Amino acid sequence: MRKPLRRAVLPSIALFLMFAACGGGNPESAGKGTAVSDVPAYGDAIVEGSIGDVSGFLTAVTTDASSHEAAGYVFNGLVRYDKDLKLEGELAESWEISPDGKRITFHLRKGVKWHDGAPFTSDDVMFTYRRMIDPRTPTAYGEDFRQVKRASAPDSLTFVVEYARPFAPALASWGMHVLPKHLLEKYPDISKSPLNKKPVGTGPYRFVEWKTGEKVVFDANPDYFEGKPYISRVITRVIPDQATMFLELKSGGVDIMTLTPPQYVRQTETAEFRKSFNKYKYTSSGYTYLGFRLSNTFFKDKRVRQAIAYAADKKALIDGVLLGLGQEATGPYKPGTWAYNPNVRKYPHDPGQAKALLNDAGWKEKDGVLVKDGQPFEFTVLTNAGNDARAKTAAILQQNLAEVGIRMKIRTVEWAAFINEFIDKRKFDAVILGWNITPDPDQFDIWHSSKTGPKELNFVGFANPEVDRLLDEGRSTFDLEKRMKAYFRIQEILAEEQPYVFLYVPEALPVVQNRFRGIVPAPAGITYNFVKWYVPAALQKHKVQP
Amino acid sequence: MLRYIARRLLLTVPLLVGISLVSFLMMHMAPGGPIGSGTDLNPKATAESRARLKAYYGLDRPLHVQYGRWLGRMATLDFGDSFSPDGRSVAEKIKERIPITLTINVLSMGLIFLVAIPVGVYSAVHKGSLFDRISTVAVFTGFAIPTFWLALLLMILFGVTLGWLPISGISSLDYESLGTLGRIADRGRHLVLPVLLAGFGGLAGMSRYMRSNMLEVIRQDYVATARAKGLPEGTVVFRHAMRNALLPVITILGLSVPDLLGGSVIFETIFAIPGMGQLFYQGVMSRDYPLIMGILTIGAFLTLLGNLLADVGYALADPRIRQG
Amino acid sequence: MNGSRAIGRDFARRLLRNRLAAAGGAVILFFFLVSALPGLFASHEPNRIDIVNILRPPSAAHPLGTDDLGRDVLARVVYGARVSLKVGFVAVGIATALGLLVGLLSGFYGGWVDAVLMRFVDMMLCFPTFFLILSVIAFLDPSILNIMAVIGLTGWMGVARLVRAETLSIKERDFVAAARAQGAGDARIIFRHVLPNTLAPILVAATLGVAGAILTESALSFLGIGVQPPTPSWGNILTAGKDNIEYAWWLSLFPGLAILFTVLGYNLLGEGIRDAADPRLKGR
Repeated sequence: MRKPLRRAVLPSIALFLMFAACGGGNPESAGKGTAVSDVPAYGDAIVEGSIGDVSGFLTAVTTDASSHEAAGYVFNGLVRYDKDLKLEGELAESWEISPDGKRITFHLRKGVKWHDGAPFTSDDVMFTYRRMIDPRTPTAYGEDFRQVKRASAPDSLTFVVEYARPFAPALASWGMHVLPKHLLEKYPDISKSPLNKKPVGTGPYRFVEWKTGEKVVFDANPDYFEGKPYISRVITRVIPDQATMFLELKSGGVDIMTLTPPQYVRQTETAEFRKSFNKYKYTSSGYTYLGFRLSNTFFKDKRVRQAIAYAADKKALIDGVLLGLGQEATGPYKPGTWAYNPNVRKYPHDPGQAKALLNDAGWKEKDGVLVKDGQPFEFTVLTNAGNDARAKTAAILQQNLAEVGIRMKIRTVEWAAFINEFIDKRKFDAVILGWNITPDPDQFDIWHSSKTGPKELNFVGFANPEVDRLLDEGRSTFDLEKRMKAYFRIQEILAEEQPYVFLYVPEALPVVQNRFRGIVPAPAGITYNFVKWYVPAALQKHKVQP
Repeated sequence: MLRYIARRLLLTVPLLVGISLVSFLMMHMAPGGPIGSGTDLNPKATAESRARLKAYYGLDRPLHVQYGRWLGRMATLDFGDSFSPDGRSVAEKIKERIPITLTINVLSMGLIFLVAIPVGVYSAVHKGSLFDRISTVAVFTGFAIPTFWLALLLMILFGVTLGWLPISGISSLDYESLGTLGRIADRGRHLVLPVLLAGFGGLAGMSRYMRSNMLEVIRQDYVATARAKGLPEGTVVFRHAMRNALLPVITILGLSVPDLLGGSVIFETIFAIPGMGQLFYQGVMSRDYPLIMGILTIGAFLTLLGNLLADVGYALADPRIRQG
Repeated sequence: MNGSRAIGRDFARRLLRNRLAAAGGAVILFFFLVSALPGLFASHEPNRIDIVNILRPPSAAHPLGTDDLGRDVLARVVYGARVSLKVGFVAVGIATALGLLVGLLSGFYGGWVDAVLMRFVDMMLCFPTFFLILSVIAFLDPSILNIMAVIGLTGWMGVARLVRAETLSIKERDFVAAARAQGAGDARIIFRHVLPNTLAPILVAATLGVAGAILTESALSFLGIGVQPPTPSWGNILTAGKDNIEYAWWLSLFPGLAILFTVLGYNLLGEGIRDAADPRLKGR
């Protein structure tokens, strides 16, 4: 969670960022406030610390976490994930999926108004859809919408989409923020519209001002369809340095931020800190892995990959990198979610087993280094510069592998060059990277053998006919049971094959000033019910004119 | 004089073109492109959407065409639109970021002059004294200490422990509701630490420069003559020596512009100041070519301007050059 | 050549008499020794990870404490000295070589060679150097080699100007004309007459350059694109310490002091060389 956060987390999909998906709520609230009447009250402001600046408010055309978070205050989608990471209606009150799974009918919420007072209708949804597939819109998220065969708006509160075949990830794709047609239709390229800088949405907060590089201010929307939010003002402050942000938190300049593991474990365990802050932790939606280029002569052999999995001391990684604040990853899904299969082959730290497997594969130890056909086992692992957690992971793995006679060199490259020069050109032996885990388990793009082309995401070159078939099966049905079966089996195969050594799933570690009440941790994290947060009247710090 | 300025101005044009060419080539030879930052490893971005983005930004044209287009627009002071999703013009972005960076630099420059000149003069006049040695170590300490480390230490001391000063940013949350005086005071409190730090770091250069100039001047015949005439030491030092020692200091002004701009990256990151340095760093990290080129060009232009002003100032102050 | 040896001895005496410069030189010597014989100063391996002992304060086992992976801070600072000094010296080596070459060519041949080279120097001087370094490092990758090369390639202009000026003035002197008349070639004139005269100012520039390069590396480390961990450099140890500054003071204090003392040392020594080389300053 260090500086270039945008690159620390892999660029992720709009939807899944908005909902700040998390799991396994675990409040660490210590000294709850004193004898103040704990009654919800309107007023006060919350100051959020953010490492990066907003780059625009229209999430269709931005890709960074800061922008998506800020836009989440102003805009809504048709659907969203609830506190348990299940899809629920937002601007859509309900929806139906036709029996053949090819048609979705959304029934929109009545009486919703844009912040400028204009009514929200199905025309807006249709307009958003058209702009998502418009080549003039510089969006990276058009793909799901291009699967739509036909879209129609039979009346002002109904929106219907048809697909050529059942497409399970489709529903979640409608979490894309709905755009106001009346304000945007005259701009052929929405990224150039004034709305990208001064958004007008349907969401709980209205945009007030954006001072680039400094702060963004939002005020509560009194007409919000779920009720007026209690907290009257949200201020997102840009503080690029994590150490500075923590000092700001302690001195009262910031009310909510994400802690690093050392801050969480070592620097916030004082009585003084507990008096003013509540810490939370829950499983974050992402995992870190060691990925192999599978056509590499070293890593072609499954036994070698399994040996490395045994050699990697995941406990040490979690203790060293995350100070214990994380869990072992066993596959590409989040522990505790429906798609997660806990019963796959595990690889406990076992150098003996690792050596045995390597011996089987023909590697013999000579002067502490494994040798086969006169070639020493020596490779370079690549990771992106400026990511502290990954650098530490590499250092620990280096030591783990040295114990079994494998020499691993570490090379760090800045993100853009990393992707373009190494990943895209397949010029790597192994990489340490991370993926965000999306609530929908479809990972066709990452594991399907057809996705190994240039710029595509199966860059390790994984190809397994059974996985291909299961991926296809999993995305083309809405039947949860069938999907679950497919994804459970995929995880078994991945665990056996180890195209990646799945390393760890870190904990998300938010901290909130304790005058804020109504925070109920859930698998989705803490911010899913932000509009219900409040500050008791006696504790309000900022006077904000509503 | 006017002709001198005009000639100098004309000379800056080929320099600017050269600067832009160098930065343009450097960027385009670099691996990784701007499209990377949004679509790399993004499951929802396809080859086709990438190609479209590329065409959209004009990156599919040959290099010389891209450069030609950029240069053509620059002639009308149009640096193009930033590649970042907000799609705002580079000129606009720079315009909103430059005042705070310049303010901090001008203030710290003032502080440097205020402290460095007396220190330099005194050190020179009392060369080898205890003061000379202590001040030498002190000013070099300012230069030698890693900025971000000292910044954090001062933030902890003044911001957290003592609570006297704000830690970061350039204004308080209630800034808008303050009166003019309140706003000035508020901005001032936020700028104390950054300006102090920038000043401390820059003391060494200026005070040492002043000291050696002064030493040089003191040896000159006319100073000896003044002394011989029995003028009081103060008069000798201030009237005769210092005036002449100060002259070359003017030129250092122009020369320090690039250093100050470069240093702003660190200050602005640690103090969360929305200035040019941060803008540039973000631009570099996201391969925002138009923005990087815009800032490099503006930076170079500021340097040239600084040099020009310094030379003109020097010419005005030194009759020998004014005549020629 | 007795004369020049006498001048050299005179120079050394003046330098040693300057107590600050001597102190600076001592610090530099000390860190030379540290980086030459790291085993003498640190008993631990700099990259030996010890998860059980993360962020332990200084103790008998770890005199400067441990870092965020339980590595011995003393060992990292000691081995980091090697990396940081290497960055400084190689960068300055590149800058000096390039500066010498450009300065000599420019000053010696004059004419259009001079004009072109000097315009190029002017241009390079206009770039905010740190911006340039930042872009190049980010665009390539932050390997030690790239960092040294970029710092070197952006820092040669001062030396070039200095050498050019010196060359121009020497070229016109009688003894050069005399040497030429005796059939001395360009190379001989350059090595016998031009170089010795530029030695002192180049030495001063180089000394300050080393200090600057060490600071630049630490600034790059702060931005996450300096020498990359696990290779220890003072800059990246300090950066790791920054994030734990209130809790684990030892992790930032020691690399911070190492940078401070070294850079200070080079500056004081540089100043001393300048003073000592300028005999006119002897009097007062």
